[in-house]
Order: sequence, then C-alpha cells, then structure tokens
Amino acid sequence: MSTSLANAPLEIRAIGLPLERIEGRAKVTGTAPYAYEQTVADPLYLHPVQATIARGKIASIDSAAAKALPGVVAIITHENAPRLASDKDKELWVLQSDAVGFRGQFIGAVIAQTPEVARQAASLVRVTYAEQPHEAELRADRSDLYAPKQVNPDYPTDTDEGDVEAALKAAAVTIDQTYSTPWENNNPMEPHTTVATWGDGKLTLYDSTQGAHSVRTMLAPLFGLKPEQMRVIAPHVGGGFGSKGTPHAHDVLAGLAAQAVPGRPVKLALTRQQMFSLAGYRTPTIQHFRLGADREGRLTAIVHEVIEQTSRIKEFAEQTAVPTRLLYASPNRRTSHRLAALDVPVPSWMRAPGETPGVCGNEMAMDELAVACGLDPIELRIRNDPPVDPESGKPWSGRNLVGCLREGARRFGWDQRDPAPRSRERDGWLVGLGVASSTYPRYAMPGSVASIRYGADRRYAVRIGAADIGTGTWTALTQIAADALGCPVEAIRMEIGDTDQPNATVEGGSSGITSWGTTIVAAARAFRAEHGDAPREGAEASAGMPENPDEKRFAMHSFGAQFAEVRVNVDTGEIRVPRMLGVFSVGRIINPRTARSQFIGGMTMGLSMALHEESVMDPRFGHVVTQDRRAPADARRAGPALEPDGFARDRRDRHCRRGGGDRQRRLARHRNPRAPPADHAGQGPVLSANTATRSSVIGRLRAARPASDNS
Amino acid sequence: MNPFAYERASNAAGAVAAVAGHPGAAFLGGGTNLVDHMRLGVASPDLLVDITKLPFDRVEELPSGGVRIGAGVRNSDLAADQLIRSRYPMLSQALLSGASGQLRNLATTGGNLLQRTRCVYFQDVTTPCNKREPGTGCSAIGGYTRYHAILGASEHCVAVHPSDMAVAMVALDATVVVLGRLGERRVKLVEFHRLPGDDPWQDTVLGHGELIVAVELPALPFATRSAYRKVRDRASFAFALVSVAAALDVEGGTVRDARVALGGVAHKPWRATQAEAALRGAPATAESFRRAADAELAAARPLDGNAYKIPMVRNTMVAVLRDLSAEATP
Repeated sequence: MSTSLANAPLEIRAIGLPLERIEGRAKVTGTAPYAYEQTVADPLYLHPVQATIARGKIASIDSAAAKALPGVVAIITHENAPRLASDKDKELWVLQSDAVGFRGQFIGAVIAQTPEVARQAASLVRVTYAEQPHEAELRADRSDLYAPKQVNPDYPTDTDEGDVEAALKAAAVTIDQTYSTPWENNNPMEPHTTVATWGDGKLTLYDSTQGAHSVRTMLAPLFGLKPEQMRVIAPHVGGGFGSKGTPHAHDVLAGLAAQAVPGRPVKLALTRQQMFSLAGYRTPTIQHFRLGADREGRLTAIVHEVIEQTSRIKEFAEQTAVPTRLLYASPNRRTSHRLAALDVPVPSWMRAPGETPGVCGNEMAMDELAVACGLDPIELRIRNDPPVDPESGKPWSGRNLVGCLREGARRFGWDQRDPAPRSRERDGWLVGLGVASSTYPRYAMPGSVASIRYGADRRYAVRIGAADIGTGTWTALTQIAADALGCPVEAIRMEIGDTDQPNATVEGGSSGITSWGTTIVAAARAFRAEHGDAPREGAEASAGMPENPDEKRFAMHSFGAQFAEVRVNVDTGEIRVPRMLGVFSVGRIINPRTARSQFIGGMTMGLSMALHEESVMDPRFGHVVTQDRRAPADARRAGPALEPDGFARDRRDRHCRRGGGDRQRRLARHRNPRAPPADHAGQGPVLSANTATRSSVIGRLRAARPASDNS
Repeated sequence: MNPFAYERASNAAGAVAAVAGHPGAAFLGGGTNLVDHMRLGVASPDLLVDITKLPFDRVEELPSGGVRIGAGVRNSDLAADQLIRSRYPMLSQALLSGASGQLRNLATTGGNLLQRTRCVYFQDVTTPCNKREPGTGCSAIGGYTRYHAILGASEHCVAVHPSDMAVAMVALDATVVVLGRLGERRVKLVEFHRLPGDDPWQDTVLGHGELIVAVELPALPFATRSAYRKVRDRASFAFALVSVAAALDVEGGTVRDARVALGGVAHKPWRATQAEAALRGAPATAESFRRAADAELAAARPLDGNAYKIPMVRNTMVAVLRDLSAEATP
C-alpha cells in the first residue's frame, strides 16, 4: 500500500451526482435476490418453537405429534441440538440448556419439507415448564438498578463536571421534568431471514445482515469453525435499522438446524410476530432532566439521569444521555445511566441508539426552558450553542447547528409562529409549529480492506464485503471508486456483500460510506501507484482503511434542525402532521438522491416514533402484545398521508473555490467522504479558518392531501 | 397454517350444504381476516368453501325504495356505488375509512360483517382468551385495553367489533338475509351481532353453515344528510378508536328524527337508541347534541386503559350532529 499518494486530492466528478441506484432495476423487477429468495438446491424449512413463559426451566418436551406429521424431517431442542463452543453471549447460546430467560425465546425448531408443515409441526410440540416468577416492568423505583461498566458502544456510564447542585440552587430559572419513551421494535420490511447450509465442515449463510463479515466473526467461533470454514452472503438487504447489525439467535438456530441435516440448505424467515422478541429492540427509557439557566436562558446546569432496561441474560446499555454531553453548553453538567436487568427479550441497536431517545428528552426540556424564560425556542438553542465540544474541549470539525436552525426557520415560515397555546385554529384544527435539534456522531470503523482488479472487460472490479441495507451503498461506493480511480462510473464493477470479498466493517452507526469509501480511495491510490494509469489486464492492488489524524484533533458530529407543523383536532384530539422540514449539516453528500432518501426516511421515523411506535409490553406475560398493525415500529407506518418532497445540495463556498481553507481539513474530507465538513465562517476562530465545503440537505415532507380524514 | 381442503361453490345451496355438513368447514369470501387467522393459529378450518363465484355481486334498488346489497359485493365497489353514495353517504364514507385500498378491493360485504375483533390477546394464541378458547379467561381485563369496549361488555370479554361498514348499516336499520339448510331467514343487523355475555366466542346469531346472501337497507330519505366520522391514530389504515355514524332530519330548527350508531365502543356495532330518543323533538343545538351523547354514555363503563373514549365519543357525536345540522340550515 502506498501512503504517499494518499495525500493527493480527488478530482470530484461522479461524487455528488444524483445517480439512480445501480441495482434499482433488478430490485423493482424482482431479480435482486434477498436472503430467503436465493436459489438453493433441495431446501428444507425451519420453524421455531418459542417459550411461553418468561422465566424458568423446561421440564419436558413432547414432540411425538410433531414428528408424526408427514413432511417433518427433524426436530431439534436443547436435548439433541449440536453443541456450541462458547456461552459468553447468552443471546446466541441457542438450544444449549433448559433455561428460559424470556418469553418468546427459542426452545426448539422443526425442520420440514415445506414451511407450512414446519409451522404446523412447531405448534404441535408440547412443552411443560418449571416456571419461576418473572419481572418484566421497567420502573424508576426499582431497588436493583445498577450502573453498567460502560454504555453502548464504549462511552463512560456517568459524567459529572462542575457543581450542578450549587448551580441549580443559584439558577434564576430551573426545569425539573421526567420524560419517558416507550419500548420500540425495529421492523424492517424484510424480516430477519437466513438460509444455512452445512457441508464438508463448512457453513454457508445467505443472511439478511448489515455486516456479512461481522456475522462470520461472531458465529464461526461459536460453531467451532475457522473463519475460512464459514461464508456469509448478503448482496441485498431490505432494511436493518440496527436490528441486523449483529447476528441474533435466529442465525444460530439456522446454523444448528443445518448441522442437523448436513448437505441440505435450511431456510428460516422470522414471522413479523417473532421479530418482537428475537431481533433486538429499543429499551424504554425514563429520563429525569434538571436544567438551570439565567434569566437570559443561558444554561448554568444540565442534569440528565436515565433509567432503562436490559435483559437478564445479556446486557445492552443504551447510551441515552451521551448526546446531552455535547448538544448544549453549560459549565456544570451531569449525566448518568442506570439499568434494570429484567426477564425480557434482549435489547439491541435500533435506529441511532442513544441519540434517538436522548435528544428527544433534551429537546422537550429545552422547549420547557424556552417557555420558562419567555424565549423563542430557536433563540434559546442559539444562545446555548457551544463553540467547542463541551466534553473534550476540542474544536468542532463542523457544527453549524445555528445555521441549520436559522435557514430552517426562514424556509419554514417560523416567523408566523405564535407561541401562545390554542392561538391558531384552521377548519377545526389547532395549528402549531415546533422545532428540534438533531445530532449524530461521525463514526469511522477501522479494519476494512478493499481490493481493485483491472479485468479483461476493461473495468475495475472493486471488492469489499460491505452491505447495502437499502441505503444506496452499491451506488455511492461506485461513485467514490470512479472518482478515486479517475474513471467513469461505467468502468467500475462493484462487488459487495460477501465474506469472500475483503473484510468490511458493519453498516452500523452510519459508518459505512465513511469507512468503506475511505478504504476504496486508499486502494485506488495503491492501485495507481503500482500500476499507473494504463494497467495491464489482471493488475490488482488492495489497501486497508488509513488512519485519519484529524480524528484526534476535532470533535466530529453531524447536526440538523427539524421543523414540524402539527395539527390537533379541536373535537377529537387527533394529531396530524401536514408539513415537516429538516436542514442538515452532515459533510459531503456522495449521492443527493440516496442521501435525500435517508433524510426523508429519518424524518419519517421521527414522526412515526413521536406518534405511533409504542410497543406495549404486558408485564403479566413479559412480551410485547401489540405484535401486529397497531404498534409497528416500521417507519412506513407513519407515511400514508405524506408524500416526500425535498432536495439536496452540495455547495462549496467562495473560500474553498478560491483555494483557501485548511489543507489538512480538505484532505480529511477526501479520506472520509462523510466526515462533517469544516464550516463556514462565523462559528468561532478555529472554524472560520477552516472554510471548505458546506453541504446542506433539505428534506421536506408535505401532506399529499389535507390533514383531515381521508375518507 | 394447518393443511386444509378447498372447494369452489357453484351455487348457494351447495355452499351451505358443504359447510353445514362439515364441522371444520368455513366459507371463504375475500379472506382478508380468515387467512390472517389461519396463519396466526386463531382459526384452523380443514375445509374452505369459496363463495366468491356465487351471484351475490350486485347492488339493486328495491321496489320499496331501499337497496339490496349482495353479500359478495366488494367494499370498494359498494363504496363507489351511485345508489349508496347518493342515498346513504354515511355508508360510503364508512367503507372508505376502513382498511386500505388493497383490502377493500378484496373484502366482501358479508365478510366485513363477520370479521372478528382485533383484540391483541384474541390474536395471540399464547395468551388466554375466552373468545378464542372458551373458559381460559380474558387477558384484556387488567391488560392492554386502549381499543376495548366501554359499553355492553362482560367480565368474560371486553373486545370491540372492528367494522366501520357495520356501524353505518346499523344506523340505517339494515337487515341481513341469511341462507341455511332450511331456507332463508332475515335478521335485523342490530340483533345480528351479540354482546359477549357468558359466551363471547359467539360473535353473531349465525349458526354453523348459515350463509349471508345479502344486506338490505330500507328507504330513509333523510339519510341523504348523513355522515361517518372515524377517529383514529393514523389518517389511513387504522382501526377506529371510536366512530360515529349519524343521519339527521331537521326542520325549522327542531330535530324530527335522527339515526346514530357508534363504532369502537362495544362487542357489536352500537345503535345509540338513547341518543336518538333524546334528539327527537329537541332543538338542533349543541346543547341538545351534548345531552343526547350523555344519555347514551350514561351506561358507559370504562376500563383502566380506555376512559378517554367517553369524552371522545361525546365530542365526536356532538361534532358530527353539529356539522349535519349546519348543512340543514344553510
């Protein structure tokens, strides 16, 4: 690998173009195979048997009736399942013991000739239990709340700076509020599916996953296999939202089943109902906020104390209070997380774990403070915008939240807002405008490798085991590769989604394009360094993701401002949202078309979360009882009355065009295409020196019809 | 889903005979609810008798001025029918507020009446439910009851009937025409669905093998001024929290007659007879409308999770009647 050429800037040609998805035609014509649709020879079908108690032990399993059903090939339970190598992760310790840790847990599975027979047979398996009392309800008054060692992925559990109690006592204005957010389930359109084949000591999975390599890394040792004995293939994935970021129990179940019928592929697709207990979910949260401010609304104290849950069999600590550490400035700040370990399914990553519930709490508290101070909510946020990262003291690589708020206010018509309750009524609907800040860290994960090979077809095969979970990876990486190699996009043949390709980190934490794109750029430079501009056929080079020295110097985060018009029916109390606007500061946009989808999607998910997404857990049983249409955590559910309209732009400012700005920063951008950009002047001395590219993406949602009933 | 046999009926009598003579048989119309239940394990018929090819696909005017609706008429077609739209706008509105376009294209008139509650415990075979498995208990009581009944429930079941269409039809005094082995019988729709009582597994008065062949709506001239208002979390594809179907006959500022029915409040589409009685002869004012709502709601008994329905029904009923009376006095 050549590192010297890594410093040459790219000539940006394909990057920034709104190219259509290169796999789009295949998807809409049904020829892009998702995991379950992969053609395999002579498959069998798997249907799980699930626990109907929340805690206890299996006393007996009678599968005679199930076995007797024509078409049943095998039934596996903890009594006869192949052994796994490690019980370190109890979520993945599938069918290895008689213990039941939550209702809905796998306790067996039927392998049959058809999915219908498998499902029917599963319903005929009779199980008796030695049931133990369970606890499934998160309450703030529990005596067994504990502090985890760290919160996801590796943040400190608690922080405490200054003297918040003294500051609160001295504050002119204080807010003391507790907010709760409900249990929420990921429900990607494509359910969790796996096709597993065990043959010649090798396990092959077609898997619906956000990371083929990470599935292999976690599961190969569990099955006692070397990495080269396992292959994971995932070219197309119908949504993940974090729930496919790590393998779950169904992957292990399919692997065990395949082991029981060597040589035969075994297909498993979770039902929608099963996904509520087996695919991860977001913990409910109870968030206690205390804010202190002076009369002008300047924060003097921020306290954010979070109570949330994990499963007794495996810890997942959502980092709910972490965004509070950087969103607003205050000399005195305290955050904490406490967990209750309950007899419930295992929580996991879901759509920005931490930021989603935590920023929600922050923004409600800030709105209450705005009222208490008699300030416009945007003005309050501007007054508390920190010039540097409050946590680390590092300069922002680019923040521009104030710019997003101001631009959004102008576009949205914020000046028409009357803060007095019930001040605007239109055709029987009370009309209000609201605003909130958004933020998300810029993650880049080390470890990816890309290879480039020049083929007989005069195209460059660019290989990296990355994932496209519907976000546009196929297309965006092709654009990056084209510019990195200095060739047209038609000359790139992208190959992703397979562990036979070089290692790629997981599509998680919105780190994919940054990590993989940077890796591809490095590989392209290595290729040109070795083979020049006129490579021979078969010329090949590869490179790993280079380090970015700016990571240590800057606090890198994305920011945005969200605006919503909300209507409440005077007679019925129904809530409708006819209009939303989002303005974002997120770095260089690789593809405005797919980026716009991401923003509109994110806004729709926010809308859906605010209005619809509570998963109702019945503590008497210990499982989510709203397993159907009523409380789906599927973002599309919010959408029927909405039709997105919006645009994205990628704008270089005049300093950049004149060649000004900091060279290091621009290089960092090239290596990290999605790193937040250095910002426009006006954000403080460091940032004003770092003028470079500013990207704004505006997403708008507009009602397709009036807010009233659609009948 | 369990294995089942399938046959297509070529005439109504044959369909009735096929199902009546086979305890595990079920009629298959649009299948939008039954097939879900077969997947969930809520229903396991071993024979489906497809009735979609029977000649019940017409909407016809009756000599009396009423309308006869074939049981196989699809919800979309019924909603779009000119007779229905002009004479009974509340029915068209109710149909269009139900489900989604795709489902309405499949769902039939008879099947819509026979759809079963969406109580989450009824649909979850891992929890006790008296309606699904008699004698096991009611999980909704003490559980998640946001969608459940405030009127006419029992200690054995607090589920609500999910239909929108049926609420409008009950307000219109519809009659259900039923074919059994012994021939046709006619049942007033208001008596067709049952309250849960001690035997909540019995949704209607239909016996096994009885087939709905038509629904008849009597003439009701003042129903040209009628409306269906459905209150729900989402603007589309959501069941009613509560709904109100109403027709109002106002002359000289006085209510001559009124029809009011409620959805989302009981085990059956709820004809609001107390409200209707309070309205007749009363001045067409918000005060009268409120009094009528209160008269109907006097018997309401909320559960832990649905007390909101009482003010919601009151407000919605008042709003619908207010809007209808405003139409009457331009």
